Amino acid sequence: MSLGPYASFIVTSYALVAAVVLLLIIWIVADYRRQQTRLKEIEASGVTRRSGRSAADIR
Amino acid sequence: MKLTETLTDLANPTRFLALTARILPWLAAATAILLAIGLYQSAVAPDDYQQGATVKIMFVHVPNAWLSMFVWSVMSVAALGTLVWRHPLADVAAKAAAPIGAAFTFLALVTGSLWGRPMWGTYWEWDARLTSVLILFLMYLGLIALWRAVEDPSRAARAAAVLTLVGAINIPIIKFSVDWWNTLHQPASVLRMGGSTLDKAFLWPLLVMAIAFSLLFITLHLAAMRNEILRRRVRSLQMMQASRVSFTTEAGAGPREAGASKEIGAA
Repeated sequence: MSLGPYASFIVTSYALVAAVVLLLIIWIVADYRRQQTRLKEIEASGVTRRSGRSAADIR
Repeated sequence: MKLTETLTDLANPTRFLALTARILPWLAAATAILLAIGLYQSAVAPDDYQQGATVKIMFVHVPNAWLSMFVWSVMSVAALGTLVWRHPLADVAAKAAAPIGAAFTFLALVTGSLWGRPMWGTYWEWDARLTSVLILFLMYLGLIALWRAVEDPSRAARAAAVLTLVGAINIPIIKFSVDWWNTLHQPASVLRMGGSTLDKAFLWPLLVMAIAFSLLFITLHLAAMRNEILRRRVRSLQMMQASRVSFTTEAGAGPREAGASKEIGAA
């Protein structure tokens, strides 16, 4: 597969899309873990939901 | 009746979390498979007789450009859900979609620039299509800033919903800018009256990539919505925690705790 004289423009486009999508995925996964950790910390301090269920239990 | 029941069920954040926990792995797998197929088809697609291999940029530029408008449309429907139906998950949906929409719009702008330099001889031109998409990107950033600036989610929700609906006027402007004004950007070649002008060798990889990116958006959006629900649970529990602390020092702390527990995700 030859990309011709403008290969750098094509490769940069695909690399940039891959990098931004990867960053989005990492950010969302990290955010999920952060919220779960905070919920567990708060519940460990004795504060619970009115329903009595764990806020971190989302299944 | 069935649809109303389904919407009512989904209005419950706990049920939404349970449902999405089951479907997210399948969505992620389908996205990965379609992305792999789309990337393979893009790699083996023939060169264009005029553009050469740079036509391959289209396979990532166009899906991002479509999604930049689609995500704002989703946010506009969610804004109606916030203002008209007061659906508990509407603001969660809009807030979770904004950073993803901003990322797609950024990618549409940059990949468009990288495609434009070899084809048009310039990275940027202040024509109607490019300028209206840049405005869309700035509006995404403005909305994200608004949500971050207002601490109380319910207050931020209404202001953001109004701003989203006002900003929705930009979507048809973007879509029809190439027809209404003389632009360096080419007119629509896929979604147009009379059918697509693209050869099937380019159309199929483009459609597969478009579906793959749409699935990617749905997957990321549902995951981000789950995070937002958890964030509001954290806030709600923190308010209950603060109320308990103040209850020990002063007698009238009861109504604050009740108010805190009414927030989304607290039940």
